[in-house]
Amino acid sequence: MILEGKAVVIDQDNVDTDTLYPGAYLNIEDPEEMKNYLFEGLDSSLRDQLGDETVLVVGENFGSGSSREHVVQGMKAWNIRCVLGKSFARIFHRNCINLGLPVIQQADAADAATPESEIRVDVDGGEVVVDGERFETAALPPFMQDMLSSGGLVPWGRERLDGE
Amino acid sequence: MPRTLVEKILLSHTKTDDVSPGEILMVECDLVMANDVSGPVAFRQMEKMGAEKVFDPEKVVMVADHFMPAKDAKSASLQRRLKDWSDEQSVYYYGQGRGGIEHTVLVEDGWVAPGMVIAGGDSHTCTYGALGAFGSGFGSTDIAACLAFGEFWQEVPGTIQVEFVGEKGPFVSGKDLILALIGEIGVGGGTNMALEFVGEGAEALSIDERLAVANMAIEAGSETGFFPADDTTAEYLEGRTERVWSAEHSDPDAEFAQKVRIDLGSLSPLIALPHSPGNVVTVEEAKGRKIDQIYIGNCANGTMTDLRQTAEMLRGRKVHPDTRAIIVPASQKVYREAMAEGLLDLFVEAGAVVSTPTCGACFGGHMGVMAEGETAITTTNRNFKGRMGSTEAEVHIANAYVAGAAAVAGEIVDPADVLEGAPV
Repeated sequence: MILEGKAVVIDQDNVDTDTLYPGAYLNIEDPEEMKNYLFEGLDSSLRDQLGDETVLVVGENFGSGSSREHVVQGMKAWNIRCVLGKSFARIFHRNCINLGLPVIQQADAADAATPESEIRVDVDGGEVVVDGERFETAALPPFMQDMLSSGGLVPWGRERLDGE
Repeated sequence: MPRTLVEKILLSHTKTDDVSPGEILMVECDLVMANDVSGPVAFRQMEKMGAEKVFDPEKVVMVADHFMPAKDAKSASLQRRLKDWSDEQSVYYYGQGRGGIEHTVLVEDGWVAPGMVIAGGDSHTCTYGALGAFGSGFGSTDIAACLAFGEFWQEVPGTIQVEFVGEKGPFVSGKDLILALIGEIGVGGGTNMALEFVGEGAEALSIDERLAVANMAIEAGSETGFFPADDTTAEYLEGRTERVWSAEHSDPDAEFAQKVRIDLGSLSPLIALPHSPGNVVTVEEAKGRKIDQIYIGNCANGTMTDLRQTAEMLRGRKVHPDTRAIIVPASQKVYREAMAEGLLDLFVEAGAVVSTPTCGACFGGHMGVMAEGETAITTTNRNFKGRMGSTEAEVHIANAYVAGAAAVAGEIVDPADVLEGAPV
């Protein structure tokens, strides 16, 4: 899987899911509506930077706190291609894999990226290129690679039910 | 092969026999839980999978607690959806006036026992570690798969063994133990790890205090956190659950990723300053900060222990005229017990608001959200920017003595000063 896009950078560590999607909007269950509140507690102008081919670049322990999947569903609704970060909080990381949003941990690459950097991610090949500079990434475990390439847990579940 | 307790629990819930850290397993759930926020989003995903029925209705429970009672038409329809779905699937549903806050209710009603694997659509599902269960929080798509298949994928975590030694001093409570730990290892310090709480200091804690500790395991980024079952666990579960369980421990020669030792004798009451649960200082260092609102309650700190600690501060005193106090018993049972004990009357007499059990303002939902420029002290678990309302509000986390003392003084003070009636 190869993904290309322009960087939108959140240059902070320990960004929690409350700031990414405040609790007041948890009464929403439609992803098309969720997208209107993505980044609302952090910097709502980040939404204006999202293009059709965005790679979101983040810091350490991104997505800490609440399990609210509204964050990742909102990111998917904005068509964010990939999240590249220094490290990720557990539930956020799971939510990305489960919704088929590639999530790549490569601290040097995340450091190298600046707003609008051209980023190319080769998920299976273990490489990230930021404005022409190459970085190696550790290969995702095969289970997560399969989950991502099949589109996440929903297609996985559908396939499993078909097989039963 | 020597194993940690988390490896043993996972091994007994999977078909494979390799549970080395880093392996990815399919883990079977003994119980799947969701609420009015995570449930309806999960049901959509389950429908998209084409799954019509839950894997086992006996192993699923739904709790309406986040926007309970409904704050608006949207949250009312989420609760409607939760109830209708539960009826359709014949699963147990805790609605308005029937339960309270999910993690307190599931513990007190005997849904949780040592060694169980519980998947919850809420990050504080780690609270079940108070009873020695593997409780872990998941997003809604994970929960959808758990509902459909009774399984989740899980990378085998390492273990940080946290040993509590010594005895805690006055006004130190469960909350201080976990704040001390997060202050030490950091908000990402437990990533890919389970926290195992052991030692004489852990064994001396009541279940209520264990709830307070386990509840915030996620605030260190951990997969879960638990107290191996002991006599206190057995006594609590007597007559509460029919589930057969046994007290398991890590093998003495098991490999731990890290060991942390905390001397309870050296702890004084602590506070997490805005805007991170890892921003921990002593009350002494935070003294004098003006407080607009105190909030007692959450999924692990609206217990009788917390309410009694609050009452110790408020008995015969008044809430400061410039301060608002909100007290939220975590369940209907706690509510009634507090009523029978005269605590609710004491709180109202002091000028506090006593709310029905709800997640409410803890997550900035409703029932006491904060305005710009305001400062709160709470017994909750998160003080992220905007957590309780305005992004310009500041939230401090502490135990119920400290929050109760601030209610009286209108500012952060040492609880001992309130009891002595020292001028504040």
